[in-house]
Amino acid sequence: MGEGEIRGGDVRLMANENDKRRKPEDLHALEEARLRQQAIGMKLRHLFDEVVNEPVPDAFLDILRRADETRGSDA
Amino acid sequence: MSKSGAAKPPSSDDEGFKRELVTLIPHLRAFARTLTGDPTAADDLAQDAMMKAWDARASYQMGTNMKAWTFMILRNQFYSEKRRSWRQSQLDQEAAERTLVAVDDPEAPVALDELRQALRTLPEEQREALILVGAGGFAYEEAAEICGCAVGTVKSRVSRARKALLATLERGGYERDGKSAGDAMRAILGEADRLSGRQG
Repeated sequence: MGEGEIRGGDVRLMANENDKRRKPEDLHALEEARLRQQAIGMKLRHLFDEVVNEPVPDAFLDILRRADETRGSDA
Repeated sequence: MSKSGAAKPPSSDDEGFKRELVTLIPHLRAFARTLTGDPTAADDLAQDAMMKAWDARASYQMGTNMKAWTFMILRNQFYSEKRRSWRQSQLDQEAAERTLVAVDDPEAPVALDELRQALRTLPEEQREALILVGAGGFAYEEAAEICGCAVGTVKSRVSRARKALLATLERGGYERDGKSAGDAMRAILGEADRLSGRQG
Protein backbone atom coordinates (compact mmCIF):
# COMPACT_ATOMS: atom_id res chain seq x y z
CA MET A 1 0.00 0.00 0.00
CA GLY A 2 2.64 2.48 1.14
CA GLU A 3 4.97 1.26 -1.57
CA GLY A 4 2.36 1.99 -4.24
CA GLU A 5 1.97 5.50 -2.97
CA ILE A 6 5.68 6.15 -3.14
CA ARG A 7 5.80 4.82 -6.68
CA GLY A 8 2.88 7.07 -7.63
CA GLY A 9 4.80 10.02 -6.23
CA ASP A 10 7.87 9.10 -8.27
CA VAL A 11 5.85 9.09 -11.46
CA ARG A 12 4.50 12.51 -10.69
CA LEU A 13 8.00 13.81 -9.98
CA MET A 14 9.25 12.44 -13.28
CA ALA A 15 6.40 14.09 -15.12
CA ASN A 16 7.36 17.36 -13.53
CA GLU A 17 10.98 16.89 -14.59
CA ASN A 18 9.85 16.31 -18.15
CA ASP A 19 7.70 19.42 -18.03
CA LYS A 20 10.62 21.51 -16.85
CA ARG A 21 12.66 20.55 -19.89
CA ARG A 22 10.01 21.92 -22.27
CA LYS A 23 9.92 25.48 -23.48
CA PRO A 24 7.52 27.59 -21.45
CA GLU A 25 5.27 28.31 -24.44
CA ASP A 26 5.05 24.59 -25.25
CA LEU A 27 4.17 23.92 -21.69
CA HIS A 28 1.51 26.57 -21.78
CA ALA A 29 -0.05 25.17 -24.95
CA LEU A 30 0.03 21.68 -23.48
CA GLU A 31 -1.64 22.82 -20.30
CA GLU A 32 -4.20 24.78 -22.28
CA ALA A 33 -5.08 21.77 -24.44
CA ARG A 34 -5.35 19.58 -21.36
CA LEU A 35 -7.67 22.08 -19.73
CA ARG A 36 -9.87 22.24 -22.77
CA GLN A 37 -10.22 18.49 -23.09
CA GLN A 38 -10.94 18.33 -19.39
CA ALA A 39 -13.66 20.92 -19.73
CA ILE A 40 -15.22 19.07 -22.65
CA GLY A 41 -15.08 15.81 -20.73
CA MET A 42 -16.81 17.40 -17.79
CA LYS A 43 -19.54 18.81 -20.01
CA LEU A 44 -20.00 15.49 -21.73
CA ARG A 45 -20.60 13.72 -18.44
CA HIS A 46 -22.92 16.53 -17.39
CA LEU A 47 -24.90 16.12 -20.61
CA PHE A 48 -25.27 12.39 -20.03
CA ASP A 49 -26.00 12.67 -16.32
CA GLU A 50 -28.70 15.19 -17.01
CA VAL A 51 -30.73 12.43 -18.64
CA VAL A 52 -29.66 9.82 -16.08
CA ASN A 53 -31.01 12.07 -13.34
CA GLU A 54 -34.39 12.57 -14.98
CA PRO A 55 -37.19 10.69 -13.23
CA VAL A 56 -37.92 7.39 -14.99
CA PRO A 57 -41.26 7.52 -16.82
CA ASP A 58 -43.88 5.15 -15.37
CA ALA A 59 -44.10 3.32 -18.69
CA PHE A 60 -40.80 1.58 -17.99
CA LEU A 61 -41.89 0.09 -14.70
CA ASP A 62 -45.33 -0.73 -16.09
CA ILE A 63 -43.71 -2.83 -18.79
CA LEU A 64 -41.76 -4.83 -16.25
CA ARG A 65 -44.84 -5.27 -14.10
CA ARG A 66 -46.79 -6.57 -17.08
CA ALA A 67 -43.94 -8.92 -17.95
CA ASP A 68 -44.38 -10.38 -14.49
CA GLU A 69 -48.09 -10.95 -14.96
CA THR A 70 -47.77 -12.69 -18.32
CA ARG A 71 -45.23 -15.03 -16.84
CA GLY A 72 -48.08 -16.77 -15.07
CA SER A 73 -49.66 -17.08 -11.68
CA ASP A 74 -47.63 -20.10 -10.71
CA ALA A 75 -45.56 -18.30 -8.12
CA MET B 1 -41.45 -27.71 -23.51
CA SER B 2 -42.06 -25.06 -26.08
CA LYS B 3 -41.37 -21.89 -24.12
CA SER B 4 -38.63 -20.81 -21.82
CA GLY B 5 -41.23 -20.44 -19.09
CA ALA B 6 -41.26 -24.17 -18.57
CA ALA B 7 -37.50 -24.43 -18.54
CA LYS B 8 -37.01 -21.46 -16.28
CA PRO B 9 -39.56 -21.15 -13.51
CA PRO B 10 -39.80 -17.85 -11.64
CA SER B 11 -36.90 -17.70 -9.28
CA SER B 12 -35.06 -15.42 -6.95
CA ASP B 13 -32.66 -14.94 -9.88
CA ASP B 14 -35.46 -13.23 -11.76
CA GLU B 15 -36.07 -10.89 -8.87
CA GLY B 16 -32.40 -10.02 -8.62
CA PHE B 17 -32.23 -9.55 -12.35
CA LYS B 18 -35.18 -7.23 -12.33
CA ARG B 19 -33.85 -5.19 -9.46
CA GLU B 20 -30.60 -4.65 -11.32
CA LEU B 21 -32.38 -3.93 -14.58
CA VAL B 22 -34.45 -1.21 -12.91
CA THR B 23 -31.33 0.55 -11.69
CA LEU B 24 -30.01 0.60 -15.25
CA ILE B 25 -33.08 2.25 -16.81
CA PRO B 26 -31.79 5.82 -16.36
CA HIS B 27 -28.51 4.89 -18.05
CA LEU B 28 -30.27 3.11 -20.90
CA ARG B 29 -32.41 6.20 -21.44
CA ALA B 30 -29.35 8.44 -21.55
CA PHE B 31 -27.51 6.20 -23.99
CA ALA B 32 -30.61 5.93 -26.18
CA ARG B 33 -30.95 9.71 -26.17
CA THR B 34 -27.42 10.12 -27.48
CA LEU B 35 -28.04 7.54 -30.21
CA THR B 36 -31.38 8.81 -31.44
CA GLY B 37 -31.14 12.45 -30.46
CA ASP B 38 -34.88 12.46 -29.92
CA PRO B 39 -36.33 11.99 -26.42
CA THR B 40 -39.49 10.16 -27.52
CA ALA B 41 -37.73 7.81 -29.92
CA ALA B 42 -35.08 7.30 -27.26
CA ASP B 43 -37.59 6.14 -24.66
CA ASP B 44 -39.20 3.79 -27.17
CA LEU B 45 -35.78 2.37 -27.90
CA ALA B 46 -34.87 2.06 -24.23
CA GLN B 47 -38.17 0.31 -23.49
CA ASP B 48 -37.64 -2.16 -26.32
CA ALA B 49 -34.13 -2.84 -25.11
CA MET B 50 -35.35 -3.34 -21.56
CA MET B 51 -37.96 -5.84 -22.79
CA LYS B 52 -35.37 -7.66 -24.86
CA ALA B 53 -33.04 -7.85 -21.89
CA TRP B 54 -35.84 -9.23 -19.73
CA ASP B 55 -36.76 -11.85 -22.34
CA ALA B 56 -33.12 -12.84 -22.69
CA ARG B 57 -32.45 -12.97 -18.95
CA ALA B 58 -31.83 -16.71 -19.12
CA SER B 59 -28.77 -16.05 -21.24
CA TYR B 60 -27.38 -13.45 -18.85
CA GLN B 61 -24.89 -14.64 -16.30
CA MET B 62 -25.46 -13.07 -12.93
CA GLY B 63 -22.43 -11.31 -11.62
CA THR B 64 -21.13 -10.27 -15.03
CA ASN B 65 -21.43 -6.71 -16.29
CA MET B 66 -25.15 -6.22 -16.76
CA LYS B 67 -24.78 -2.57 -17.72
CA ALA B 68 -22.54 -3.43 -20.66
CA TRP B 69 -24.83 -6.31 -21.59
CA THR B 70 -27.95 -4.14 -21.70
CA PHE B 71 -26.11 -1.35 -23.56
CA MET B 72 -25.11 -3.88 -26.18
CA ILE B 73 -28.73 -5.01 -26.55
CA LEU B 74 -29.88 -1.41 -26.88
CA ARG B 75 -27.25 -0.58 -29.45
CA ASN B 76 -28.04 -3.66 -31.55
CA GLN B 77 -31.72 -2.78 -31.37
CA PHE B 78 -30.99 0.76 -32.53
CA TYR B 79 -28.96 -0.28 -35.55
CA SER B 80 -31.30 -3.06 -36.64
CA GLU B 81 -34.28 -0.68 -36.48
CA LYS B 82 -32.31 1.89 -38.36
CA ARG B 83 -31.51 -0.55 -41.13
CA ARG B 84 -35.16 -1.49 -41.34
CA SER B 85 -36.30 2.08 -41.72
CA TRP B 86 -33.52 3.20 -43.96
CA ARG B 87 -35.63 5.69 -45.86
CA GLN B 88 -36.67 7.23 -42.60
CA SER B 89 -33.10 7.99 -41.64
CA GLN B 90 -32.88 11.27 -43.47
CA LEU B 91 -35.91 12.52 -41.57
CA ASP B 92 -34.54 11.15 -38.33
CA GLN B 93 -31.37 13.08 -38.85
CA GLU B 94 -33.25 16.31 -39.33
CA ALA B 95 -35.43 15.62 -36.33
CA ALA B 96 -32.39 14.88 -34.25
CA GLU B 97 -30.79 18.13 -35.21
CA ARG B 98 -33.93 20.01 -34.29
CA THR B 99 -34.80 18.29 -31.05
CA LEU B 100 -31.52 17.25 -29.55
CA VAL B 101 -31.78 20.25 -27.31
CA ALA B 102 -34.87 18.85 -25.69
CA VAL B 103 -34.38 20.37 -22.31
CA ASP B 104 -37.26 22.41 -20.99
CA ASP B 105 -34.97 24.66 -19.11
CA PRO B 106 -34.59 28.23 -20.33
CA GLU B 107 -31.73 28.56 -17.87
CA ALA B 108 -29.87 25.65 -19.45
CA PRO B 109 -26.36 26.90 -19.98
CA VAL B 110 -25.43 27.79 -23.51
CA ALA B 111 -22.32 25.64 -23.25
CA LEU B 112 -24.31 22.41 -23.03
CA ASP B 113 -26.28 23.38 -26.07
CA GLU B 114 -23.09 24.01 -27.99
CA LEU B 115 -21.72 20.64 -27.00
CA ARG B 116 -24.91 18.88 -28.08
CA GLN B 117 -24.68 20.52 -31.46
CA ALA B 118 -21.02 19.72 -31.83
CA LEU B 119 -21.67 16.08 -30.92
CA ARG B 120 -24.08 15.82 -33.82
CA THR B 121 -21.27 16.72 -36.21
CA LEU B 122 -19.31 13.61 -35.23
CA PRO B 123 -19.58 10.39 -37.22
CA GLU B 124 -21.92 8.01 -35.45
CA GLU B 125 -19.28 5.46 -34.46
CA GLN B 126 -17.07 8.14 -32.98
CA ARG B 127 -19.94 9.67 -31.07
CA GLU B 128 -21.03 6.42 -29.48
CA ALA B 129 -17.46 5.47 -28.55
CA LEU B 130 -16.88 8.85 -26.92
CA ILE B 131 -20.18 8.70 -25.04
CA LEU B 132 -19.55 5.18 -23.74
CA VAL B 133 -16.03 5.94 -22.54
CA GLY B 134 -16.27 9.62 -21.75
CA ALA B 135 -19.71 9.76 -20.16
CA GLY B 136 -21.01 6.24 -19.61
CA GLY B 137 -18.08 5.23 -17.46
CA PHE B 138 -17.08 2.20 -19.52
CA ALA B 139 -13.53 0.95 -19.91
CA TYR B 140 -12.22 0.74 -23.47
CA GLU B 141 -12.54 -3.05 -23.29
CA GLU B 142 -16.19 -2.84 -22.28
CA ALA B 143 -16.98 -0.27 -24.95
CA ALA B 144 -15.33 -2.54 -27.52
CA GLU B 145 -17.57 -5.38 -26.42
CA ILE B 146 -20.66 -3.21 -26.63
CA CYS B 147 -19.79 -1.97 -30.11
CA GLY B 148 -18.57 -5.34 -31.33
CA CYS B 149 -15.15 -4.07 -32.41
CA ALA B 150 -11.53 -4.21 -31.34
CA VAL B 151 -10.26 -2.30 -28.33
CA GLY B 152 -7.80 -0.42 -30.51
CA THR B 153 -10.64 0.68 -32.75
CA VAL B 154 -12.51 2.14 -29.80
CA LYS B 155 -9.38 3.91 -28.60
CA SER B 156 -8.78 5.53 -31.95
CA ARG B 157 -12.45 6.48 -32.33
CA VAL B 158 -12.48 8.14 -28.92
CA SER B 159 -9.27 9.95 -29.66
CA ARG B 160 -10.48 11.18 -33.04
CA ALA B 161 -13.80 12.19 -31.52
CA ARG B 162 -12.08 14.25 -28.82
CA LYS B 163 -9.92 16.05 -31.35
CA ALA B 164 -12.80 16.71 -33.71
CA LEU B 165 -15.01 17.96 -30.91
CA LEU B 166 -12.38 20.37 -29.68
CA ALA B 167 -11.73 21.62 -33.20
CA THR B 168 -15.43 22.09 -33.88
CA LEU B 169 -16.01 23.95 -30.65
CA GLU B 170 -13.01 26.21 -31.15
CA ARG B 171 -13.72 26.93 -34.75
CA GLY B 172 -17.48 27.11 -34.40
CA GLY B 173 -17.56 24.70 -37.32
CA TYR B 174 -21.30 24.32 -37.37
CA GLU B 175 -24.10 26.71 -38.07
CA ARG B 176 -26.42 27.85 -35.38
CA ASP B 177 -29.37 29.98 -36.35
CA GLY B 178 -27.41 31.05 -39.36
CA LYS B 179 -24.36 32.20 -37.49
CA SER B 180 -21.41 30.12 -36.47
CA ALA B 181 -20.72 29.60 -32.82
CA GLY B 182 -17.22 30.85 -32.35
CA ASP B 183 -17.41 31.35 -28.63
CA ALA B 184 -18.50 27.82 -27.87
CA MET B 185 -15.20 26.82 -26.34
CA ARG B 186 -15.03 29.91 -24.20
CA ALA B 187 -18.54 29.20 -22.91
CA ILE B 188 -17.59 25.63 -22.09
CA LEU B 189 -14.44 26.67 -20.28
CA GLY B 190 -16.40 29.19 -18.28
CA GLU B 191 -19.01 26.62 -17.40
CA ALA B 192 -16.40 24.08 -16.39
CA ASP B 193 -14.81 26.61 -14.09
CA ARG B 194 -18.12 27.31 -12.47
CA LEU B 195 -19.00 23.62 -12.07
CA SER B 196 -15.70 22.67 -10.55
CA GLY B 197 -16.02 25.57 -8.16
CA ARG B 198 -12.57 26.77 -8.98
CA GLN B 199 -11.53 29.84 -7.13
CA GLY B 200 -9.57 32.56 -8.84
